[in-house]
Amino acid sequence: MILELRNLSALISSQISLRNIEFAVDAGKTTIIIGPNGAGKTSLLRAICGDLPLSSGQVLLNSKALDDWPVNKRATLLAILPQRSTLEFPFTVEEVVTMGRIPHSTSNQRNREIVGEALDLVDCQHLQHRSFINLSGGEKQRVQLARVAAQIWEPSASGERCLILDEPSASLDLAHQEMIVTMLRHFNEQGAASLVVLHDLNLAAKCGDAIVMLKQGRVAALGTPEEVLKEDCLNAVFDIRSRVIENPLSNKPMVVT
Amino acid sequence: MGRVGVRKVMTVLLVSVPAVILLYLALGPTVISPLLLFNSSATAADPMLARDALILSAIRLPRVLMAGLVGASLACCGAAMQGLFRNPLADPSLIGVSSGASAGASFSIVIGAGWIDSSAILGLSVVSLGAVVGAIIAVFLVYRLATNRYGTSVVTMLLSGVAIGAVASALNSLFSYFADSDMLRRISIWQMGNLDGATWERVFLIFVVALILCWRLPQHCRALNAFLLGESEARYLGIRVERVKKELVLITALAVGIGVVVCGNIAFVGLVVPHILRSLIGPDHRTLIPASALAGAILLIVADIVARTVIAPAELPAGILTSLVGAPVFFFLLVKSKVLNNPERL
Repeated sequence: MILELRNLSALISSQISLRNIEFAVDAGKTTIIIGPNGAGKTSLLRAICGDLPLSSGQVLLNSKALDDWPVNKRATLLAILPQRSTLEFPFTVEEVVTMGRIPHSTSNQRNREIVGEALDLVDCQHLQHRSFINLSGGEKQRVQLARVAAQIWEPSASGERCLILDEPSASLDLAHQEMIVTMLRHFNEQGAASLVVLHDLNLAAKCGDAIVMLKQGRVAALGTPEEVLKEDCLNAVFDIRSRVIENPLSNKPMVVT
Repeated sequence: MGRVGVRKVMTVLLVSVPAVILLYLALGPTVISPLLLFNSSATAADPMLARDALILSAIRLPRVLMAGLVGASLACCGAAMQGLFRNPLADPSLIGVSSGASAGASFSIVIGAGWIDSSAILGLSVVSLGAVVGAIIAVFLVYRLATNRYGTSVVTMLLSGVAIGAVASALNSLFSYFADSDMLRRISIWQMGNLDGATWERVFLIFVVALILCWRLPQHCRALNAFLLGESEARYLGIRVERVKKELVLITALAVGIGVVVCGNIAFVGLVVPHILRSLIGPDHRTLIPASALAGAILLIVADIVARTVIAPAELPAGILTSLVGAPVFFFLLVKSKVLNNPERL
């Protein structure tokens, strides 16, 4: 298990808190977090990353408590992309992605190669010399994805890598939502684990090995896409009337409303 | 995006620094060849030349070095603060240093009236010591107000800097209210920012500050770049965010505080210089900070050349000039940037 949450609880606000959350992400697997607005998805990621203080419980990375990792070593294993980017300074795309290499002491030559390959992975090679602040929302998102990819591009001697993404597909078009699937697969094939918050249930079914469904700060369901994406459960948690059919292309469950 | 090459800009700056220093040494009420400093046989022979050489070594040389070092320190601290606050319009004075120092100085002018100038430590009068204490108190308060057990909030620091600044300027007015006319004149001249008090002791003091900056700032350049992505993102990249913040605030307080002590308030250098250089060479602090230091030195030296010659034989405080030119530039930048249209910037 790369990333393990043990009985994690944390206070989000006076109204809502994360309670007794427990699951693990295995090597080479992708776990997707879904849930309605305000269920605590982003707060859960913040709690995992150490931005939200835990009231109890523990987060383990490669079987070692997250706080026990030296920060710079942890950064070579754990890459995190928050929901919104606030970069407002005129860096070039290449410079932004190169920042992903800050925790590493690889040569400039090697960093340049990695940045090029990461930009290729997110289909942004052509933007390399453009100014980041002039890009569209979707392009910015892809460049930030390339940055976190560059951060954990190579296997590390200190442990297995983990990628955490908060709604990476939010401003992407259909073709580039597929790119998320490719990117996750790229890292999974090398043995890295990923934990991703998604809103699109069908995209979740497509790229998730496991799905965690949150409701009001608690785990409402946990399992494979086939186990979690069931009509009665979805209808209760999301307050919708849905049907689950089989996606004719991927044979995964597909939610229609 | 209008970037000029880093190498080109650095070359121009590196050539300009010695050029403006030589120009500074040459110009003044009497025009003197700077080469006189190295020509001891000629000065030994001619008493007039000996006098000129003395003007160079005792007056102009310490003054130009002080202008250069203060300008450089202010500008590179400005670049660091703009990175730390993730705001291209931040300024070293935002953390309350300048206003704290001014209030401290006014306090010691009014209260310590009897023994000013009679006692001095390291070329510093009681007024200067008052300024140092004022600056330290202000920064300490700002930092405390913005820090809770989860860390230091940069936005709260910005806001408390403004609040502490307001309190300090109110205290300043209060001390001025109780001051007699002689004290008032001293207070106002002190606050204008003037380089005419240059002595070798003061040059030494600001030189030590510059050495500290040269030693510490380069170690934080990558961290500052990561800060621009966001504070959490910097932490995810393995930066010890709280430590970097604390150290940057401390060394900026030291540099700006000592700057205020040796020559009073010099406004806008720390704001405008990094801002202009960022548009020329990009926001990477590894090049932005050294380039800002050079350009800050050049700017303040040139400002003082103008201050000394424009109404010769009298002279203007250089701080007035930097404000007169800096304020319109600041406004221009403010209108041009998206700050006014984008309230989310802070």
